[in-house]
Amino acid sequence: MSKGRYGVHGGQYIPETLMNEIIKLEESYEFYKKDPAFNRELEDLLKNYAGRPSLLYYAEKMTKDLGGAKIYIKREDLNHTGSHKINNVLGQALLAKKMGKTRIIAETGAGQHGVATATAAALLGLECEIFMGKEDTERQKLNVYRMELLGAKVHPVTTGTMTLKDAVNETMREWTKRVDDTLYVLGSVMGPHPFPMIVRDFQSVISREAREQILEYEGKLPAAVVACVGGGSNAMGMFYNFIQDKEVQLIGCEAAGKGIHTKQHAATIAKGTPGIFHGMKSYFCQDEYGQIAPVYSISAGLDYPGIGPEHAHLHDTGRAQYVPVTDDEAVEAFEYLARTEGIICAIESAHAVAHVRKIAPDMKKEDSIIICLSGRGDKDVAAIARYRGVDIHE
Amino acid sequence: MKMKNKSEIKIKDAFDHGKAFIGFVTGGDPSIEKSEEYILKMVEAGCDLIEIGIPFSDPIAEGPVIQEANLRALLAGTTTDKLFELAARVREQTDVPLVFLTYLNPVFRYGYDAFCAKCEEAGVNGIIIPDMPFEEKGELLPFAKAHGVDVISLIAPTSEQRIKEIASEATGFIYVVSSMGVTGVRSEIKTDLGAILSAVKESAKVPAAVGFGVSTPEQAAKIAQVADGVIVGSAIVKLIAQHGEDAGQYVHDYVKGMKDAIR
Repeated sequence: MSKGRYGVHGGQYIPETLMNEIIKLEESYEFYKKDPAFNRELEDLLKNYAGRPSLLYYAEKMTKDLGGAKIYIKREDLNHTGSHKINNVLGQALLAKKMGKTRIIAETGAGQHGVATATAAALLGLECEIFMGKEDTERQKLNVYRMELLGAKVHPVTTGTMTLKDAVNETMREWTKRVDDTLYVLGSVMGPHPFPMIVRDFQSVISREAREQILEYEGKLPAAVVACVGGGSNAMGMFYNFIQDKEVQLIGCEAAGKGIHTKQHAATIAKGTPGIFHGMKSYFCQDEYGQIAPVYSISAGLDYPGIGPEHAHLHDTGRAQYVPVTDDEAVEAFEYLARTEGIICAIESAHAVAHVRKIAPDMKKEDSIIICLSGRGDKDVAAIARYRGVDIHE
Repeated sequence: MKMKNKSEIKIKDAFDHGKAFIGFVTGGDPSIEKSEEYILKMVEAGCDLIEIGIPFSDPIAEGPVIQEANLRALLAGTTTDKLFELAARVREQTDVPLVFLTYLNPVFRYGYDAFCAKCEEAGVNGIIIPDMPFEEKGELLPFAKAHGVDVISLIAPTSEQRIKEIASEATGFIYVVSSMGVTGVRSEIKTDLGAILSAVKESAKVPAAVGFGVSTPEQAAKIAQVADGVIVGSAIVKLIAQHGEDAGQYVHDYVKGMKDAIR
C-alpha cells in the first residue's frame, strides 16, 4: 500500500502524469516544515497579515439561553479574508514560492478558498487561476468579483453538477496540463497524499491555539469540540490537537440538505460508502456501480460528495462522531447566532452552531464546548434572505 | 472472424502482425447496441485491439470529448454489468483482444475479485485504470492475475526515473501517454517520444503503444516509427458524437485510414 494512509483510507490514486510532481511536493514539504526560516516567515504572515491568533470568544448569552455547557466560539471568521482557509493557503502559497513555482491554481466551492488563494497570490506575487462550479459562481457572485479584484482569473466549470466536485475535477485536469510552474493549492484535507497531511498541518493552528486558550480560561479541557465538515479542513484543524485527549468529544457536522431520508443531501458519513475518488480512498456518496452521486446543500462549501481520509479513519475508529444537520436547522442557527451574539457566520459554520444548540442544554454547566466558527457570513446574507422569501439583489 | 477459444486470446496477439492500431469507444455511447456495432466495424476495418470505456461520472483524465461521451452513456442507462454482457457478445464474434478502460472506483465498488472474474468470463483481456498509478496497483493485481487479466501500466512524459520500475513490471502492453494534460485531439505532439520509448524498451518485456492526442494518419505514421502501436480515442468518439446512430461507416473508414497509415 502506498503512503499517506489513515487506516485503510487515503493513498495516492492519481494519473501517472502527476506522480513525480506529488512526490516532489511531499519532499519539499518535508524539508520546509523543518526549515526555521520557512516557519518564521509563515508565523509572521499568520500573525501580521492573517491576524492570528484568532479569538476564543465566550458566548455568554448563548450559554445562558441554552442553559447547559459553557459555549466558546473559535473565531476563524475574524481572520483576514473571513475564514479559516487563509491558514492553509498562506502555508501552501509560501511552499509554492519556495519550490520555484510562479503560478497557483485552486478549486473553490463557496469561494472562501478561492478568495484566500487569490489573496495569497496577490501578496506573494504569484499568478492565480481559480476553478469554480458555474452554479456556485451564481450562488456566490460577490466572491467571484472579489477574486477578480485580487487579480485572479476565475473559470466557471460547466461539467457535471457544476459544483465543488466538478471544480476539483477541472483543477486536477488543469494541473496535469501544466505542472512545471504550477502548484495545485488544494483547499481541504482531501485529495492524494500529501495534501490531506499538508492541509491538516497548516490548519492545526486552530486547535493548537484553542487548546491553550481554553486551558487558560477554564483550567480544563472542553467536553466537546464541534465543527462543520465538507471535505473537512476546519474540522481537522479543530480536532487535531485534541485527538490525544480522549475525554474531549470530537463532533463533525455534515450537510444533510433537505434531510438524509431524501436524495438531496451531502452527508457522506451518514449515507456514503467506501470508495476511491479525487486521489483518495474514503467515504463517498455514490451509487452501487461507483458513480459519484450528485449532492446537495444550501451551503456551497459543504456541497461535496466525499470527506477527507483522516476523518473517514476517525469515524471508523469511533474517535470522532459525524452528525447530519439540515438546511433548515443551519438557517435557523445562522439567524440565532446573529440575534443572540451579534455574529453573522458562514452558512457552513451555522451547521456546527445548529448541532451545539441541540446538545449544549443536556451538558453539565461546569463543562465547556468549543464551536469552530470557520467563516463569516457576508457572502451568505443574500442567499439566506432568498431562503426566507426576501428578494435581495447583491 | 471467430477462430480461437477465448482462453487462447492474449493482448500480445494485437502486436503479432506489425504495428498495432488500438481503437477506443465509450461503452454505451450512444447505446449498448450501437457500441457493439461500432466495435465490430472497427475490427472489420483492421483494428488490432479494442478498448471499451466503462463510463464514470467524473473522468478526471479525460478531455471534453470523452467526458461528454461518458455522460451520454450514463444517461442512456449504461452500467458495468451491461458492458460485461456487451464484451461477452463481442468476444463471441471476434478474436481481437479486448480491454476495459475505466476509473478505479467502478472497479473497487464492483469488487476487485468479482470484476476480474467477470472479465475472464466475458473474455476481456486487460484493464486500463488512469487513476491507479504504480504505487496503488497492489490491491488489484492479485485478483487480476488470478483471473488472467492484464493490468495495463501507463507511462507519462513526466515519468522520468519511474519508467524503469513501471516498464519492468508491466503486463499486456504499456500505454505511453504522448502529452501532458487530458485526452483529446492535439494538432501537434511536442513530447520527445523517441527518447521515452527507448527508455521504456530498455526495461519492458511487453510492447508499448502511444495514445493521447493522436488523430491524423500523419501523426499515427510518425508514432509507429518509434512505438509498437498507436491508440486513438477522442477522434473516434468525436465521430460517434457527430453521427450518433449512423456513425458506423464513418468509424469504419476512419479506422481503416489510420490502420493503413501504420502498416
